[in-house]
Amino acid sequence: MDFSYTILIPLIPLALFVILGIFSKKIPASISGWMGSIGLGVTFVLSYYAAYQYYLNGKVNGVYQPFIYKYNWMNFTDKLHIDMGVLIDPISVMMLVVVSTISFMVHLYSRGYMKGDDGYTRFFAYLALFSFSMFGLVLATNLFQIYIFWELVGASSFLLIGYYYTKPSAVSAAKKAFIVTRFADFGFLVGILIIGYYTGTWDFQELNNPEGSVITNWASTSFMGLSVLTWALILIFMGGAGKSAMLPFHIWLPDAMEGPTPVSALIHAATMVVAGVYLVARLFPMYYFIEDGFALQVVAYVGAISSLFAAIIALTQNDIKRVLAFSTMSQIGYMMLALGVSGYHGHDGLGFMASMFHLFTHAMFKGLLFLAAGSVIHAIHSNYLQDMGGLRKYMPITHITFLIAALSISGVPFFAGFFSKDEILTAAYENNILIYISSVFVAGLTAFYMFRLYFGIFWGKDKEYEHTPHESPMSMTIPMMFLAFMSIAGGYIHFSKYISPDHMPFEAHLNYYLAAIASTVGLIGIVLAFIFYKKENNLSERFSHAFGIFYKWTYNKFYFDEIYLFVTKKIIFGLVAKPSAWFDKNVVDASMIGIGNVTESFSYKIKGMQSGKFQDYAMGFISGGVVIAIVVFYLWIN
Amino acid sequence: MIEGISIYEILTLSSIVFFVGVYGFFTRENLITVLMSIELILNASALNFVIINTYLYPDFLQGAVFSIFIIAMAAAETALAIAIIINLYKLVASVEVKDTEKLKY
Amino acid sequence: METILFYILSALIVVFSIASVSSRKILRAVTYLLFVLIAISGIYFLVDYSFLGAVQLTVYGGGVIVLIIFSVLLVHHIELELEVTPIKRKIIAGLISVVGLGITLWAIYTFPFTNATNYKSIEVADIGRKLLGYGDGGFILPFEVISVLLLAVMVGAIVIAKGKKLNE
Repeated sequence: MDFSYTILIPLIPLALFVILGIFSKKIPASISGWMGSIGLGVTFVLSYYAAYQYYLNGKVNGVYQPFIYKYNWMNFTDKLHIDMGVLIDPISVMMLVVVSTISFMVHLYSRGYMKGDDGYTRFFAYLALFSFSMFGLVLATNLFQIYIFWELVGASSFLLIGYYYTKPSAVSAAKKAFIVTRFADFGFLVGILIIGYYTGTWDFQELNNPEGSVITNWASTSFMGLSVLTWALILIFMGGAGKSAMLPFHIWLPDAMEGPTPVSALIHAATMVVAGVYLVARLFPMYYFIEDGFALQVVAYVGAISSLFAAIIALTQNDIKRVLAFSTMSQIGYMMLALGVSGYHGHDGLGFMASMFHLFTHAMFKGLLFLAAGSVIHAIHSNYLQDMGGLRKYMPITHITFLIAALSISGVPFFAGFFSKDEILTAAYENNILIYISSVFVAGLTAFYMFRLYFGIFWGKDKEYEHTPHESPMSMTIPMMFLAFMSIAGGYIHFSKYISPDHMPFEAHLNYYLAAIASTVGLIGIVLAFIFYKKENNLSERFSHAFGIFYKWTYNKFYFDEIYLFVTKKIIFGLVAKPSAWFDKNVVDASMIGIGNVTESFSYKIKGMQSGKFQDYAMGFISGGVVIAIVVFYLWIN
Repeated sequence: MIEGISIYEILTLSSIVFFVGVYGFFTRENLITVLMSIELILNASALNFVIINTYLYPDFLQGAVFSIFIIAMAAAETALAIAIIINLYKLVASVEVKDTEKLKY
Repeated sequence: METILFYILSALIVVFSIASVSSRKILRAVTYLLFVLIAISGIYFLVDYSFLGAVQLTVYGGGVIVLIIFSVLLVHHIELELEVTPIKRKIIAGLISVVGLGITLWAIYTFPFTNATNYKSIEVADIGRKLLGYGDGGFILPFEVISVLLLAVMVGAIVIAKGKKLNE
């Protein structure tokens, strides 16, 4: 089987980026939108074809085989080198499908959403750049390649968050996202270097081989009581946590909602933010086998805490995009904890499979939620829940699709989210009861805040709108309808047949007992939201007053931003930056400037010696020669 | 070889011409006369080449050949210098050294 | 005979070179320079290097002097008197020159030159072979370089002298 055509999947967006980027002033908006959409449409078809071909024929003796196409790019030693290439295995193919689907849908959607914007072509160029980087990240064959594309997605995310660069809040949000993820990526880089130093390879196939020398020799070097490789994996997870907005690196994600809504759907809901999950999944055998999965425990707990934490904050936010952002964070926490509780062989790999499954379904329904939210924002020009209400009459398609996505994320039976979430809960139940309880609680909270949004936007009090809101154009509703279809149908794919940590299919069955508990909790959340927000009443105010201080804490996101500001402004700037700035200004600079000043004043003093007459200079030359001659002869005689 | 004249006398003569040229180079106020001083210097050195070749190494011809080169160089240099002087005259209507002090700070 | 001739020529050279660098009338200074150059060619004839003597006469006496005279006529009135050099400058320059001459002469007279005994005159044919020889000790390369240099100088002189008009 030949998968070498998959190299086209990243290259087409790259070509689009170059063309649209260079000629962004020349290409009219009508053409650039179509160019982007058709280009991504081709990658969409190629990805689905690759998936079809791979999942049907990729097995040898019941094990999915990796297909690798690479060329040697930089050699450090015979073993340690950086390759550039394409790795086709179950999870990369699954990610290809996710990224190409969402990216294609977002391209189609943006044609309507961004209509009339000044930077229309620039926007599509950035989207293409992002798609290229994300495909490159997914297909990477080694740690260094993934790191390169990792930084590229960070850069394109920066560009897209700061897309409205005349808005100060967008600029500072872009900076915040870049700095926070950059800081986390520093850990990633250190982790990569540790792995390169101690194992001598960056290649995934060699690192992940359970019988290979890397995994079997993990105990050979240790540092502070843990294997150095465990440290490396924790540091790599730090990079993943930065990208995936896990605690405590989550602060950039809510602010990133300053970007255009299609960008939020593509980057900050469906693809880039799950890169951290993908990274852990990519190195899963290392996480599982080294030090008996210590690093994996860290992943599990960080995921569980983030998921709970974000769900609580999401309850109180009023900006609908921010609610969705915290919801994203919470769902990614789910994926992380599912990876964290997973085993390796056979049915033990349920968590791994569930994580990937949830990644897939979450991309579909969260992408849809963002697109629907964008449709609402497009119609009424506001992000805030208090400006909305009763929109179901004006926007029927948006209403229905949003409802489907909300039902899906809440885990209502027969929707996609139900199946994937149930697998996660089952895996958690089998391994760690504490995490299981927290996850079930989060499921209830998720249903509650999603339906708080739903009722707040589409039901509630009928508002008087300045301009009567109307349904979005076809270019926006068609992608939404497609994703709504996927939000239902996605759940019926038997993921366990395709994806497992050891690449061997296994049978996973719905655990009806656990499923019943989860759906009941979800339904309770929905019913509570119905009581609170369906009709206008003051129940929610009374409730928030009852919780008082706790409500205030939650509303302010547990003051995480303030803590960061305190640490950077007061401690780092005040105690480190100021003295070094003083030293730089008064010692380093001053000495250099002093040398310059002395030279200058000295030259002013002696410049009178320059007459500008060439004969004077010649005279000086000759008399110097005579003097030297005299000295030489004098010495010669003696 | 000149009868009755040793190499010392001739070298003395060329040295005198050389330093007269140097003196002229220092004191002249007009670019053309400065150029003439340079001609004196060059002639003195060409003479030295010929004399040393004739008196000390009659088997070789290097000195003689180099004196020819010096004459060629001197001619070239004169032509160029005069071109520059004429151009300068067009620009500042003068060929005095004191009018060329633009190099000064 | 040759001895007397040499002394006469030497006297001419010294006198006229000094006159050439001190005359205040520029055309006279050029004429004195011409006398010096002719006298130097006389010395070349005296040492039996008649080819170089002839070159000296034609190139210097014929070419360079005419060039200088033309440039003088282009930029000066013939009767123009040159500006007087400040006496202080004259003294300093004279001092440097005299000291330099002294040290040079001292160096010459303390150095024991060993005169060659197998004296022979320089033939034009030998010079020609040497100049155009490409074998051991041949000068064909410098010869060519000099010819290219002359060409470049010719072009350069034309370009520079043509210059730019003031009103442009």
